[in-house]
Order: sequence, then C-alpha cells, then structure tokens
Amino acid sequence: MRVILTKRHPLPHWLQIMIPVAAIIVTLILAAIPILFAGGDLKLSYITLFKGALGTRYNILETCVKACPLILTGLAVAFAFRSKFWNIGAEGQLMAGAITAAAIGIYTPAEVPAVVLLPVILFLGFLAGGAWAFLPAFLKMRMKIDDVVTTLILNYVMLHFMGFLLFGPMQQPGSSWPRSAAIVDNAHLPILLVRSRFHLGILIALTMVFIIWFINEKTVLGYQTKAVGVNPTASFFGGINNTKVIFLTALISGGLAGLAGVSEVCAIHFHLLMDVSPGYGYSGIPIAMLGRLHPVGTALSAFFFSVIIVGAQSMSRMTGVPVYIAELIQGMALIVMLIALLMTEYRVKVVRD
Amino acid sequence: MLEEIFTITFMTGLFSATIRLAAPIIFATMGEILVERSGVLNLGIEGIMLMGAVTGFLTTLQTGSLWAGMLAASIIGLVFGLFMAFLAVYLGLSQHVAGLGITLLSSGLAMYVYRLVVGAPTVPPIITPFTKIAILGLSQIPLLGEVFFNQYALVYISWAVVLLMWVFLYKTKWGLAVRTVGENPFAADTVGINVNLTRTICLAVGGVLMGVGGAFLTLAHNNMFLIDIVGGRGWVAIAMVIFGRWDPVGGTLGALMFGFLDAFQLRMQGMGADIPFHLFLMIPYLATVIALVIGSSSKAGAPAGLLKPYRREEKGG
Repeated sequence: MRVILTKRHPLPHWLQIMIPVAAIIVTLILAAIPILFAGGDLKLSYITLFKGALGTRYNILETCVKACPLILTGLAVAFAFRSKFWNIGAEGQLMAGAITAAAIGIYTPAEVPAVVLLPVILFLGFLAGGAWAFLPAFLKMRMKIDDVVTTLILNYVMLHFMGFLLFGPMQQPGSSWPRSAAIVDNAHLPILLVRSRFHLGILIALTMVFIIWFINEKTVLGYQTKAVGVNPTASFFGGINNTKVIFLTALISGGLAGLAGVSEVCAIHFHLLMDVSPGYGYSGIPIAMLGRLHPVGTALSAFFFSVIIVGAQSMSRMTGVPVYIAELIQGMALIVMLIALLMTEYRVKVVRD
Repeated sequence: MLEEIFTITFMTGLFSATIRLAAPIIFATMGEILVERSGVLNLGIEGIMLMGAVTGFLTTLQTGSLWAGMLAASIIGLVFGLFMAFLAVYLGLSQHVAGLGITLLSSGLAMYVYRLVVGAPTVPPIITPFTKIAILGLSQIPLLGEVFFNQYALVYISWAVVLLMWVFLYKTKWGLAVRTVGENPFAADTVGINVNLTRTICLAVGGVLMGVGGAFLTLAHNNMFLIDIVGGRGWVAIAMVIFGRWDPVGGTLGALMFGFLDAFQLRMQGMGADIPFHLFLMIPYLATVIALVIGSSSKAGAPAGLLKPYRREEKGG
C-alpha cells in the first residue's frame, strides 16, 4: 500500500479559517465513541457538556476563567513554534511563574499597595518563565542540543523543585500538605465582574493576544521569527542573527507561560499548590496547533478547549462519563487538526502496489 | 548517615535497584533507537509507555495473569506504533507534532480507560507483581549475584533485547537495511528497500518495546497504576538515545545511569524526613540534561534521514 500526496491549489483565505472549525466538529463526532463506551447517553452528554460550559452567565464566566491560562500557554507554544523553537516546556515555565508570584505574594508586607505589587509580580513572573525557557534555547543554539527533549525534561526538574519548596521552605507553617501560605490581599488580581471569578488576568491574556499579533505582523522581530522558522539557513544568510531571534522567542514564549502561572496563583488559588497546573502547559500544544499558530486563532481555540474542560465536569456528573474525556478530546483534536491540514494542502490517494 | 550508606547491604540494595529501575528505560530506549535508526523520531513514546502500563495492569487485574498483561501491553504498543507510522510515515506529518499528538491522545485514553474499568475507589486496586527469579548458581556469587542474577525475568529479557538489538543493527542484513533507510532513504529505495514498510515495522516493534517498558512499571516495579507512573521516563529514554549516540550499548549505559540516580534518590527518601527528598527527585532529570550536554559534544550525529518523511515524488529533498 502506498499513499500518494499531490499538492492542491491553496485554499481561499475564508476557507482556511474553516479548517479548525471542521476539525472541531469532527473531533466532537469522534468523541461519541469513548462516550458510548462509557455507556453515556449521547444526547444528554453533549447537552450537559455545552450547558455546563455556556448554560448560565456564571458558567460562561467560569469558562473564561479557565480559558485564561490556556490562552497564555497556547500563545507561548504558538509563538515558539512559529520560529520552530520546539518549546514543550510551557508546563515548567508556568510553574516558574507561579512559584515567583507566590514567593513575592507571601513575603511582601501587606502594606505594599496593589498598584506597585501587581506589576512587579507580573513582570518577575514573566521573567521567571522566560528564564526557564531561555536555558533550553541556550543549549539548542550554543550546543546543538535538541530543544524538545530539554524543554520536556526541565518540566520535571521544575515540578520536583516546586515539590521541594512546598514540602520544605515554602510550606505553610503548621500544615502537612504541600501548600504554601496565602499571598497578601494586595497581590490578588482584582475581580472585574460581580458574582464571578472573572479577573484582571483574563484581560491581561487578551492584551497579550494583541501584543503577540502586533509583534508577528508589525515588527521586525515578527518577520525574523517567521523567517527563522521557515528556513534558518536562508534567514542566516539573509543577515538575521538566528541565535538572537531564538533567544528572544524563548524569553517571550516562556514569559507568556510564566504569566499563566502568575494568574493562577494570584486570581484562583492564592496559594502555591502542587497541582497549580493540571497540564495547562501541555494543553498549549493542541491549542496552538488548532489556532494555526495565529494569536487570535489560539485565543479562540483556548476558549473551545476551556468549554471542553469545564463542560466535561458537568457531563461527568450527569452521565458518569469519566472526566478524563476532556484530555482525550484534546489529544483527538490535535491529531484530527493535523490530518485536516494535510488534506487541505494535499490530495491524498491510497493506491495498492 | 555515611555509615549507613557504606554498608554491604546498602550497596547491594542500591545496585540491585539500579539494575531494576534501569529496565523500563532500557526497553524504551531500545525501542526508540530502532525507530530513530530508521529515520523517525517517535515522541509518542511517553504516551505509549503509559498505555502499556495501564493496559498491562488492567489485563492482569482482570485475568490474574501477569504474562497476559505483558502480552496486552505489547499489543497496545504495536497498535500505537502502527498509528504513529500511519501519521508520520504514510501521511508524512511533522514527526514532532504527530508524536506529541499520540502522547496527548494516549495519556488521555489511559486515564479514561483506567477510570472506566476501575471507577474511583478510595483504595486503588492492586495486583500481585512479578517476583524475582534467582538464577541457580550465578545468584550465589557474593555481591554480584544478588545485584545481577536475582532480578525479575523482565530484567533478564531487557539485557537480551540490548544484545539482540546490537546484533540486529550491526550484524544482519536487515539491520543494515534499517540503518540505510535512516541515513539515506533515497539510496535505500534505489537498492530496492521499501522505505516506508521498513519504517512501519520499526515503529511497530519499537512500540512493543515501549509498551513493555511501561508495563514493567505496573507489573514488576509497582503493583498499581498511578496517573504519573511513567513520570517522564519516555522523554528520558529519548535523551538516552541521544546520549548513547543511537547505539544500543551507549543507550543502555545512559539508562543505567538514570537507574542508579533513581535508586539512590529512593534510598535517600527512605532514610529520614529531614532530607528534602524532592531535591533528590530532581537529580535524575538534571543528570539527563547534563548527559545530553555530554552526549552532544561527540562528533557522531543523528541518522541523516531523521525527521524527514520519505516521498518518492520529492527526490533529493
């Protein structure tokens, strides 16, 4: 058996935008298989999924709250993948940001006003994530060490470092749980809408969407990251300092993931916890791919993933389908999207030899 | 504390655990070496190991047979290896993203299936794991006997796999074909080797080894399934492939190093509460990064055809 791929004419722009939508629809149809295996009623499952995520004002706002870290990690991955810096380390970079935010938030005197404290936390959280991403970028550019492997393994280094802090120096006094003391009130990201957890971090995430769009489309750096991603040899001979571009990419990418950690600590948990991230960093990969590495697309796909994650909890309560359906759907969405992209670029024909 | 460390019982225990903890990494590393030698990077490894771990565990839980569990884990590894072949070889998708897709999908699936079969009991179900087999005569050798010849059957099998992989890659016609496909698929095609079929078979066999490596964790090293049971060992295996310069013996040395640090870390944990054991938990992973730095300084490189899908129509690519 052979598969023959022939290039298609590029799709018109408006149809390109429909590819992720088609991928989402196919994924949701495929999700019926595991739901049926779990003995869930299909109609009820899908209804509770969407009602749980979008049924009431509160649910919609909760979905936005969940989307916040996903937008940031999705952007982190999308921005890195654009220049083919394979940053799979958003999870660890998120934790670096979370640890930084918690450390500042706990040890700062309560009198420091929020207008001073919050920018400091955001800035240093960004920097911490960026620094943790810089290490693999440095190893990649200076020592030619594969970035996929280092970013992945550094996630575990950061995870255990956080474990060390939470069972050791940062553990809440008198507690035996891996949990830090609470951050001061002025380190809380303000809630913007009454009777909800809709917080400032969401606006920050959306601002980042705009900033990344601006960098990509309107700045020299955006042009350079794309050039390095498309053809590093050509960009090098075209006078671009590839190393510098990858270093900047890593700082920004890791910084975005760091911000996700900041917002989770300062708007959701108010403590540092071992499960500060239930895999948000890894979810960034399918989110970025589904968003076709475009910042607006990434934000939209983050919202879709958030619907799935929030909705899966209601669905699980109502139908008994395991809540891990959300993870399963994320994996399926990524693979479906990859195949969808291939099918729009190539005509796929299977022939028997 | 030092007196405690430098006793013979401590040392034999440490080295025996080193050998044991290296085994799952050895299986996975051998699987990944085979796959990468044929020109495919399989980042699905972490997820395939997790699928192997959960499938092996659940099968054993249901049937009571450990070897049935191993068989099921091998089959699921084979299936996911073939799935990766479909995506990366036949469709020619980006090996990075396709592999990560497989890992995400199979991680989700592993947790889903576990919850479906077991539910959410307060006490997780356990199985009776493999017991160690002392090899008659050899296990009586002082110190070395306990370390090397009183191990699980799977540990002995892992050594056999290393030997077989070495012989296969360097001493057989088929091994030469695999290496040619990995180095220069166009040349391989010219001399009549079916590039895509070769890669598919390597992915399938590699998947079996990854599945077995995962099942080792639930059926021998442990007696239950935990969501983070693989804990990055798949990524460590990929690092060890690079550290060992795509050579079975080099990869095994890397796996043994990880096994040693893992065993050491476990012992430190057991020695007292005043030691921050999470710092020790970090050591094997930090050492893996350092191993990459050391491994990358050598001249010998990755197979030249790695990461490139082979399409006959695009000659010279």
